[in-house]
Amino acid sequence: MRLVNIFLLLILPGLLFAETPEQKGLAIAVEVDRRDTGFGDLKANLTMLLKNRHGEESTRHIRLRTLEVEGDGDKSISIFDRPRDVKGTAFLSFTHKTGTDDQWLYLPALKRVKRIASRNKSGSFMGSEFAYEDITSQEVEKYTYKYLRNEACGELECIVTERYPEDKNSGYTRQVAYYDTQEYRPQKIVYYDRKNTLLKTLTYKSYRQYIDKYWRADEMFMKNHQTGKTTLLTWKDYKFRNGFTSRDFDRNSLKRAR
Amino acid sequence: MSRLLLFALLLSGLAPAATADSQLSGYLAGEWRGFLQSPLDDVQHGDNSSLSMQVEYYRDWEDGKQSFIFTPFLRIDGHDQQRSHFDIRELNWTTVGDDWELTVGVGKVFWGVTESQHLVDIINQTDLIESTDGEEKLGQPLVRLGLVRDWGSLDLFILPGFRERTFPSRNARLRSAVPVDVSNSEYEDSRGRDHIDAAIRWFNTFGDWDVGLSHFSGTSREPDFRAALDGAGRAVLIPVYKTIDQTGLDVQATKGDWLWKLELISRSGQGDRFTAATGGFEYTLYGIFESSADLGLIAEYLYDDRGDAASTPFADDLFLGARLAMNDEASSELLAGTIVDLQNQSRVFSIEASRRFGDNWKLNLEGRFFSNIDENDALASFRNDDFLQLELAWYF
Repeated sequence: MRLVNIFLLLILPGLLFAETPEQKGLAIAVEVDRRDTGFGDLKANLTMLLKNRHGEESTRHIRLRTLEVEGDGDKSISIFDRPRDVKGTAFLSFTHKTGTDDQWLYLPALKRVKRIASRNKSGSFMGSEFAYEDITSQEVEKYTYKYLRNEACGELECIVTERYPEDKNSGYTRQVAYYDTQEYRPQKIVYYDRKNTLLKTLTYKSYRQYIDKYWRADEMFMKNHQTGKTTLLTWKDYKFRNGFTSRDFDRNSLKRAR
Repeated sequence: MSRLLLFALLLSGLAPAATADSQLSGYLAGEWRGFLQSPLDDVQHGDNSSLSMQVEYYRDWEDGKQSFIFTPFLRIDGHDQQRSHFDIRELNWTTVGDDWELTVGVGKVFWGVTESQHLVDIINQTDLIESTDGEEKLGQPLVRLGLVRDWGSLDLFILPGFRERTFPSRNARLRSAVPVDVSNSEYEDSRGRDHIDAAIRWFNTFGDWDVGLSHFSGTSREPDFRAALDGAGRAVLIPVYKTIDQTGLDVQATKGDWLWKLELISRSGQGDRFTAATGGFEYTLYGIFESSADLGLIAEYLYDDRGDAASTPFADDLFLGARLAMNDEASSELLAGTIVDLQNQSRVFSIEASRRFGDNWKLNLEGRFFSNIDENDALASFRNDDFLQLELAWYF
């Protein structure tokens, strides 16, 4: 009896912690997702500042509304205010945990709603350094994972994991993601292109907590190491729990979006 | 129509100023059109320039549940008196409930999925003098009740007040060989333009499929023509607007990088009942040549069972096009295409390109070239009207 107990005492901790790096990576992704679950809906204003190698700048203004969908990816509407010539253009997207997303574009000059192909994950969003796959909702199922290490990141400690896109249309072979150990917030993501060459780095700055639970960064800075171009996203006026319903995210509401 | 406008204006006044959100935007554009040949008729002008302006005033209140929009448009043309025109593109009030929405006033509605022509789209009249591609529309007085249900969305329309199609003046290019006299239009129905039209449309999404089914009953947006003499004894065409019934189907299947599209109509009341269709695909290649540019390849077949008797030039035609989107800061785009008549090999080539300069300026280039046009083809009168057009627009 005693021997059995001693045996159990010896191997149990080992069993509990004998997590492979893949299991640990997945567990971290699940925890990141869990901490951001239940936000319901949100709206926010976004400014994108695009800069090329020569320092030439251009800006885009976008308003964003998102509805959390239980058991599936989020629904969202983006409304473009600037540049002026695309004002009123709106983009509706239903992300899915697996398979392709559904996307519709509203063209205000023709009053036309156009269903668009959504396989284009790696394409640039509005000429910025963000690809569509960088800005759509980050479902756990969209990647496989591997825990790498813990390391200091600024004043915080970060968990460093690697993730590999499941979608063969992704523009990346892998991404190295840094989450702080305190709140499991993304602090940095390093992207490697299809040839596994360093492509870009995204850094999150100035986190703020909303409705006592959900963390959002005021700034997200993407630098493309291959072209020297950068995009700075500045988020303002975050508002959670607006009482949105799926009715606010259909083709009718896309036409009315302002 | 004027009563509807008044109603919409009155409602806009109800917006409580403190909680309302209003936006003013629009553009001012200068256009230059150069023709590559001398005209078929000596009275037709040469190169042309014109100015256009559109302003949009939008205001919403009650968290966007009620909104008001006013969009006037004005063009002043160098040569064509008909093309110098003013139109109210939109002037309406919309209120939104949980599973319904109501729009009253002058509005603009688009139906359909294809690129080369828009058969199903019928609510608004084509503002043909604005653009030969038929994509510009006149504002239509309407009452629209939209119902949003589990089985899809249902839009019910009452359309009081008919808008006549616009046509170029006698001295303008891109017109029929015999000019259209728009001042003496005729109607089959004795109520003329006061006939109240009605329309209904259901649409829904089933996974990768977007499906729309519609029916329109009223005055045809597309006139027939009667040869006549005007006051000065010159030959003219008088537009004759028939009363029609048109059923339309539009379907798009979005399968990966392929968009499969079909539009089908059946119309009665304008000659014998006829069927017309447009169908094809759009296939997109992403990130071509290791760049961020996308290339879309479009092929559509245009069919009309009236053949040569069709009121459009496209009865047995093939459209092939390519759309290049650079996905750069300037949103540079290029669309090049050709429509070939499979019976007589008449061809129309078109090119449209645009890019933005800074945050407020946009340059548009457009060209149309008529090649190998058969003398009996509906486009025969355009055969000397190849043109290149540059438009510089300032947005605010």
